[in-house]
Amino acid sequence: MRPRSLVPILYILFLMLPIYWLVAMSFKTTNEILGGFSLFPQEWTLDNYRTIFTDPTWYWGYFNSIFYVSLNTVISLLAALPAAYAFSRYSFMGDKHLFFWLLTNRMAPVAVFALPFFQLYSAVGLFDTHLAVALAHCLFNIPLAVWILEGFMSGIPRELDESAFVDGYSFPRFFTTIFVPTIKAGIGVTAFFLFMFSWVELLLAKTLTAVHAKPIAAVMTRTASSAGYELGLLAAAGVLTIIPGAIVIYFVRNYIAKGFALGRV
Amino acid sequence: MKTQNQRAWFFVLPVLILVAFNALVPLMTVVNYSVQETFGDNLFFWHGLGWFEDVLRSERFHAALGRQILFTATILIIEVPLGVAIALTMPRKGFWVPVCLVLMSLPLLIPWNVVGAMWNIFTLPDIGLLGYFLNTVLGIDYNMTQSPVAAWVTVIVMDVWHWTSLVVLLAYAGLISIPEAYYQAAKIDAASNWAIFRYIQLPKMKRVLTIAILLRFMDSFNIYTEPFVLTGGGPGNSTTFLSIDLVKVALGQFDLGPAAAMSLIYFAFTLLVSWLFYTIMTKDEQ
Repeated sequence: MRPRSLVPILYILFLMLPIYWLVAMSFKTTNEILGGFSLFPQEWTLDNYRTIFTDPTWYWGYFNSIFYVSLNTVISLLAALPAAYAFSRYSFMGDKHLFFWLLTNRMAPVAVFALPFFQLYSAVGLFDTHLAVALAHCLFNIPLAVWILEGFMSGIPRELDESAFVDGYSFPRFFTTIFVPTIKAGIGVTAFFLFMFSWVELLLAKTLTAVHAKPIAAVMTRTASSAGYELGLLAAAGVLTIIPGAIVIYFVRNYIAKGFALGRV
Repeated sequence: MKTQNQRAWFFVLPVLILVAFNALVPLMTVVNYSVQETFGDNLFFWHGLGWFEDVLRSERFHAALGRQILFTATILIIEVPLGVAIALTMPRKGFWVPVCLVLMSLPLLIPWNVVGAMWNIFTLPDIGLLGYFLNTVLGIDYNMTQSPVAAWVTVIVMDVWHWTSLVVLLAYAGLISIPEAYYQAAKIDAASNWAIFRYIQLPKMKRVLTIAILLRFMDSFNIYTEPFVLTGGGPGNSTTFLSIDLVKVALGQFDLGPAAAMSLIYFAFTLLVSWLFYTIMTKDEQ
């Protein structure tokens, strides 16, 4: 082992410590947690997890989150693909201004928009639906998707398009059967970032939902305050929110490395 | 050269509609509030630019802005060099690459309030791993709810924990896009490690680092959930950053006018800094 590999190892150790503590907490009983410090759970208990899996408000929180995050990823990708193609291939009136305007939407402090969003989505009758959260997250996810995809698409030589058109492909057929498969890795990376930013956002998701579409993170906040000091339960819920993310990373792990290399990074 | 084609507007139309719906309507609502005074009951009166003057003069806003700038500057100074250093020392191929990538991305995919809650549990003085270690093993008096310094350090360490990986991922992506031939040429010239970094790796990472710094600037400037869950803005007001202060004014006191004026000033500031940075960093590309 070379000494330079110490840097990533130490960094990963630092990353894992709080996660370890969360996992350890989730297997402890409330008495043990409040009773004093212990590095490992003394009596292992699955009660915290049992509570979550048997209580519908808890497990529906997970389904709600996964549902609106997936919906947002699909909507953002479908809208961003043609737009990113336009930005990477054509110049048109106002293209640069439009691109920068899109980016500015990532800069808007979400806290600013919480109240107007609530009013807007109540007015159009979408309040407390998965669609409302999925659409609201488009505010910061679509600009990001256009930005990343445009980079990948600019890395693909224009000759690909031209030769396909010479071969008599119509635009829709070229786009779906040749172009999209070519930038598969880029789409994978983009989907990863879309999933990530929608999964971790809470403020808007909480503002736009009440009962039917309430995200897991909001269920957690409410439980934490109403049930007092149930740290074990909170920790178990926290551990369960890490798992979907971990699964997504596992699937895109090769795309992250390879995908970025293809793009105009 | 890109072809001139005005029909490309049809391609960007879905994006335009979706983002405009989400951005323009709420923004107009905020602008609307910012120039009016309300006494409840949905009665509004024209107030001109009064709120803007009030906010720009208020010491509370200056203090929150100061804390925010200090926070953002600190985390950028720590996270960017650290992220680059880790990316440079990561393995380039083999079994350990996906292992590193998966483990390092993990903090990025944890919901923000869970990050706050996790660090809260981690730093509890008597029963948290870090809190116990500092207080009992090292004998340092550490209590986030009482000492502003401890609260600041914890919030910054939490942000470094949470976001350095984003810089690592982007910098690493820039690094592996460098062709092997560049390194061979450097070897023939007997270039030092520093020279390789300065003249090969850094220029190749410039674009991704621009993205990383912009993303980190924008997101840390808007930070709300993690410090809110961890410290609630305290002790006192010591970790009340702009967004936390804003939500206190808007939802806590329901002062919509001042809150709206404050958020527009805040937004304009973020926009200005990002635009300046973006323009300077991409100047050479044109």
